[in-house]
Amino acid sequence: MSRVMVVWCPDWPVVAALADEGLPTHLPAAVFSANNVSACNDGARRFGVRRGMRRRDAQSRCPELKVHAAVPDRDARAFEPVLAAVEELRPGVAPLRPGLLALRAPGRFYGGEPAAAALVAERLVGLGVWDCRVGVADELFTAEQAARRAEPQDCHVIEPGASAPFLRGLPVEAIEDLPDGRDAVSLMRRLGLRTLGDVADLRASDVRDRFGPQVAWVHRVLGGDGAVLLATRTPPPELACHVDFEPPLDSAETISFSARRTADRFVAGLAQQRLVCTEVRIEARAEGESDGEVACSRVWLHPRWFGAADLVDRLLWQLQGASGPTPGRTGAVRAPVDRVVFEPVTVVPEAVHADGLWGGTEERVERGIARVQGMLGHEAVVRPVLQGGRSPRDRQAFVAWGERPAGLRPRSIDGGPPWPGTIPPPAPSRVLADPWAAEVVGPAGRPVAVDDRGAVTCPPERFRAEPSGGWQSVAAWAGPWPIEELWWEASGGRKVARFQVVGVDGRAWLLTCDEGVWWTEAVYD
Amino acid sequence: MGTPTSTADTIAQLRSRMARMHDGVPQLALETHPALAGLVQLRAGSSYAVDSASLALALMAGPSRTGSWCAVVGVGDSGAEAAYALGVDLDRTVLVPDPGDQWLEVTAALVDVVTLVVVRPPGRVPEQVAGKLAARLRKRSAALVALETRPGDWPRCEVRLTTRAPAWSGAGQGEGHLRSRRLLVEAQRGSAPPRRGALWFPAEDQTYRRAEPAAAPARVVEEAS
Repeated sequence: MSRVMVVWCPDWPVVAALADEGLPTHLPAAVFSANNVSACNDGARRFGVRRGMRRRDAQSRCPELKVHAAVPDRDARAFEPVLAAVEELRPGVAPLRPGLLALRAPGRFYGGEPAAAALVAERLVGLGVWDCRVGVADELFTAEQAARRAEPQDCHVIEPGASAPFLRGLPVEAIEDLPDGRDAVSLMRRLGLRTLGDVADLRASDVRDRFGPQVAWVHRVLGGDGAVLLATRTPPPELACHVDFEPPLDSAETISFSARRTADRFVAGLAQQRLVCTEVRIEARAEGESDGEVACSRVWLHPRWFGAADLVDRLLWQLQGASGPTPGRTGAVRAPVDRVVFEPVTVVPEAVHADGLWGGTEERVERGIARVQGMLGHEAVVRPVLQGGRSPRDRQAFVAWGERPAGLRPRSIDGGPPWPGTIPPPAPSRVLADPWAAEVVGPAGRPVAVDDRGAVTCPPERFRAEPSGGWQSVAAWAGPWPIEELWWEASGGRKVARFQVVGVDGRAWLLTCDEGVWWTEAVYD
Repeated sequence: MGTPTSTADTIAQLRSRMARMHDGVPQLALETHPALAGLVQLRAGSSYAVDSASLALALMAGPSRTGSWCAVVGVGDSGAEAAYALGVDLDRTVLVPDPGDQWLEVTAALVDVVTLVVVRPPGRVPEQVAGKLAARLRKRSAALVALETRPGDWPRCEVRLTTRAPAWSGAGQGEGHLRSRRLLVEAQRGSAPPRRGALWFPAEDQTYRRAEPAAAPARVVEEAS
């Protein structure tokens, strides 16, 4: 009979949330779901914060409490390195939930159970998980209870056959974490059952009928039965690929060319798992940097999926962009690069992107556009999207081909805010990316401006909208649409007024008066 | 079974028929915006010149609303909202706002894959460049719309659309806002007399259509002469 080892990392959602933000673990923090505390750490408990407490109560007891939203994905993601670390010591790890894992206890290999537990704890502390507790027992439930009674970074071993005495002494609250456990515990208290030993003395059929299948399973465990097989996982395959350069290379072209075979290997490795990659992170590490630091890293999306040539293209663009003069990139390559890593971010089964029997138009278009991107660079090909906003320029956005639009403002017709101050339709057919300087004068050449109350100082009479065009008389005009934007920002925001001006030649313009300075923003061409 | 001579005759006949088909190029008609019906019919393999961004968008809207891909090259100031209002499917639109001096290569690459390319040439286009692109258009069954800065920038176009006498209504002296525009469009096809038509671009209800009454073709010819 194999023994079971359970590793428990208490308050895992809080640990994961703090690690995600790079905060130390001793800060009082809590994770909230539906405005109630769903998990809190020791720092918070010291102030009296408890599970199930309302948010305002928790914050009134501990004003400096770090508040995090519950993100189950984040917990699972943060637990992945822990699983991998334990898997290195002993394969066949069963993740029970984020923060709790079970494995078949290593017997003599590490020199006994306490020694193995110490090794696991040491490995986890190395990962930055300070609070981990290990329990070893004959089966899963007992081992978990043992882990919950262990000291931090320590282990609690229940000798073979000693499960029943250990469990019988536990209070009934121990089963609170089971599904529906809370109701069962409440009922047991009202029935006068104080310890699990009291429950064990009941008849099995009574327990099942009264408390449900979960407690019936605990009852069987208490009777020395109910061992369950661990649902161990297969370690996920390593899909990322990297290439090292010795000596390091400094030319973007050479690096891309040398990474070609790695890209082939990356795509082939995915294909073996019947996967294709639609989102990839490409990292280039410069010489002399430690493993943790990456010179230039970027996530790329592909409208279909990445082939080897696409990856090499992306790598080239990334390196060219990073070494070029354009600021605002994720990092710049200043030293020669000695390692390039391709890491899949999103993979999908290849069947999702399988080609149709006769090929498809879309695919042809993708290829043609990829060619243009190869000529001009990734950002040169864009697709237009509409978004919410006031000025015509705010109401549209251009998204680089293959990327998902991010940070778009919602439009009013999609249920977004109403955007008061918008110019009513028709929309101008030309929206200038960079406004032209314009000039507008009133009678006797007086400059036209908008006063504090949003009224024009004098009616516009003559204007010049195009830098190359001449002056002409105003045939009709409408406005002003005064807008005070971003006034809450420290920079002071923008206070502009928009006008529609029709010239005597019949053409219409959208002009902006920004503190007395006129700009041509769009043309009704 | 025919004799060898009759077989050869048949082959020759078939060849001549095929050659005729190649010469005449029965060009595929592309969907055209209903407002422009009677003025211009888009055909795959032809190029068109326009002088107004909204007319270019209207020409693009025809194929786009039937699910074809369109591309816009060299137009850095396209109004996406106006395009959407005209019926352009923005999900099937590709923009290359600033191709620089590679505009010809980019246009040629996009002609290979999309149905209609709108291009604003950086200046006067040499005759031979336009000729090469026209051959490519015929081969790939795509259409090209040149958005000219000055008239005559794009030589050898099938139809040249020019706007005349735009008249906006809705704006007064500070009150109201632009609502509708009546536009006279002149379609010059080779040396034939131009066709004219008045359009609401857009009308009061923000639709784009012919202004009533639609000019009868006979009258148009009279006007032109």
